[in-house]
Amino acid sequence: MISEIKMERLDENRLLIPKSGGMKVPGIIYANENIQHLLKSDESARQVVNVAQLPGIVNYSLAMPDVHWGYGFPIGGVAAFDLSTGVVSPGGVGYDINCGCRLMATKLTLFDVKDKIQDLTLALYNHIPTGVGSTGHVKLAGKDQKKVLLEGANWAIVNGFGSPEDLETTEDGGVMAGADPEKVSARALERGKQQLGTLGAGNHFLEVEFVQEIFDEKVAAAFGLQKDQIVVMIHTGSRGLGYQICDDYLAAMVKHAHETGIALPDRQLACAYLNSPRGRDYLAAMACGANYAWANRQVLMHLTREVFEKTLHLTPRQLGMRLVYDVCHNIAKIEEFNIKGVNKKLCVHRKGATRAFPAGHESVPVRYRGVGQPVLIPGNMGTGSYVMVGQPRAMEETFGSACHGAGRVMSRTQAVKSSRGRSISREMADRGVVVMAGSKGTLGEEMPEAYKKLEDVVQVMHESGIAKKVAKLTALACIKG
Amino acid sequence: MKKYKLIDHTADIGCEIFGKTKKELFANSVVALLELMLGRRSSSETKEKEAFETKSINVEGIDLEDLFINFLREVLYLFNGEGWVVVDCHPLQVTNKHIIAQLTGEPYISTKHQVKIEIKAVTYHGLSVKKTKTGWVGRVIYDI
Repeated sequence: MISEIKMERLDENRLLIPKSGGMKVPGIIYANENIQHLLKSDESARQVVNVAQLPGIVNYSLAMPDVHWGYGFPIGGVAAFDLSTGVVSPGGVGYDINCGCRLMATKLTLFDVKDKIQDLTLALYNHIPTGVGSTGHVKLAGKDQKKVLLEGANWAIVNGFGSPEDLETTEDGGVMAGADPEKVSARALERGKQQLGTLGAGNHFLEVEFVQEIFDEKVAAAFGLQKDQIVVMIHTGSRGLGYQICDDYLAAMVKHAHETGIALPDRQLACAYLNSPRGRDYLAAMACGANYAWANRQVLMHLTREVFEKTLHLTPRQLGMRLVYDVCHNIAKIEEFNIKGVNKKLCVHRKGATRAFPAGHESVPVRYRGVGQPVLIPGNMGTGSYVMVGQPRAMEETFGSACHGAGRVMSRTQAVKSSRGRSISREMADRGVVVMAGSKGTLGEEMPEAYKKLEDVVQVMHESGIAKKVAKLTALACIKG
Repeated sequence: MKKYKLIDHTADIGCEIFGKTKKELFANSVVALLELMLGRRSSSETKEKEAFETKSINVEGIDLEDLFINFLREVLYLFNGEGWVVVDCHPLQVTNKHIIAQLTGEPYISTKHQVKIEIKAVTYHGLSVKKTKTGWVGRVIYDI
């Protein structure tokens, strides 16, 4: 429990966990007083301490303000490792490799869709595969599957699911280098065959939203966002293929740690040195998972575009659906940062954290380079989402990272219990949000009260100068598994 | 004796599993996993016992806890990877590092099996397998 862990308040938005015991670096949690209060009921601060004990960790073990109790790493955790002395941890990436968000803008306004939202939601729900074990429109044979794993979103574009300009605004152009399908198990490949173009279950969703408020006119204009505009947010990842890659490597690394006598504070933190064959193999397999996820979100965007055009009887030009940005929030990446005056390549783990590079960074798409990278923060059902933009402070303090969502405060079982006897979908309808989900259980688990206040989380990032608020999006419709 | 109970975890779901013997602990862990994912099977389904298939699995681990996780991983893969629903589990032989179990099951049919939650994985976090006065207790957290 948190009471065992000593924390000092650094400023209004940051808590420091001083180095003690086996910690190689101190911990920093981005939290205001409201969030600090919520930390008391879970184990996430302990997890920040555990991560600080891993070999080769640089500067700090970090947690973003949406931090909550995960397994191994906390969710909202960020940690960077030295390439020669540090490790890569599959648990520090998570099972859903390259789980992420994709925001699409349209030429439509609230006025254009407000009477058609029911039809649109139903059509989206019928056309986009959701739920456990859902299979996609795309069936991948051996050769094509390997191409997906190597080429990512580009495979989808070449096969007719979108246009090349979508790649320009996808993180890393929708493809991670170094992917090697030979490092992916037969089991993982099998699970990936039928799930391309599926949303999945749990907290994954597709939401139709409108731009409710603009905080920064200049940046919003650069992102092509304006008040009352209709946008779509997709949240999903690499499906069964990614889960299996993580699980396979985790099992191998636990065995390896046992054989070589590496002591782990939690087996879920099992890791391998970045410069070891096992570490390199994991990164090559993880890149395959990341590429699959980018192809998945690209196919889903295409399906969404088709539904909008057909249901609203619009031509592609009239709809004008284009990709604002696609970010991953479960990933390990080799990126360069200035550490004590020296530029160093590090392996940054983001487990439930979004990259947030500032203006001028060469990884920011050319069209946004003058303002910075879009940071997409989905909230819980009904409260909508935020679009933020990366700031220079992120490069100094958080290895170019920001939060990824609201973060749970209530366990799923508590949420289901407290939603018993209520109709969550009716409550959502009363708030003006049409919700369609495969199971009532999902709606209960994902009800708004189960999450932290998104405003608190976003405000901490904004005030810390890590990412700046650009626009608030409000939900109109949501489909879930 | 209760076969299992759910324990609270913020983002995921935890389970405490009981058994008088190690064999019973492993068998009950399968009941818990399947009931969590698919809920209780109705009696009309269990009448079709003759249509079931059997499979035997052979799983290893570096110690009892690792074995417990690897065993559950295997059962979960049968569902997630092969679309096969385990109905009954008979551990034939269990040591601290090795289990051989005979499984009875059937192919997943969406109209017959109602999926309650998707379990992505069985995690090592907070894992324990302990002997108590009355038998064995295993704790595991699933990523959902």
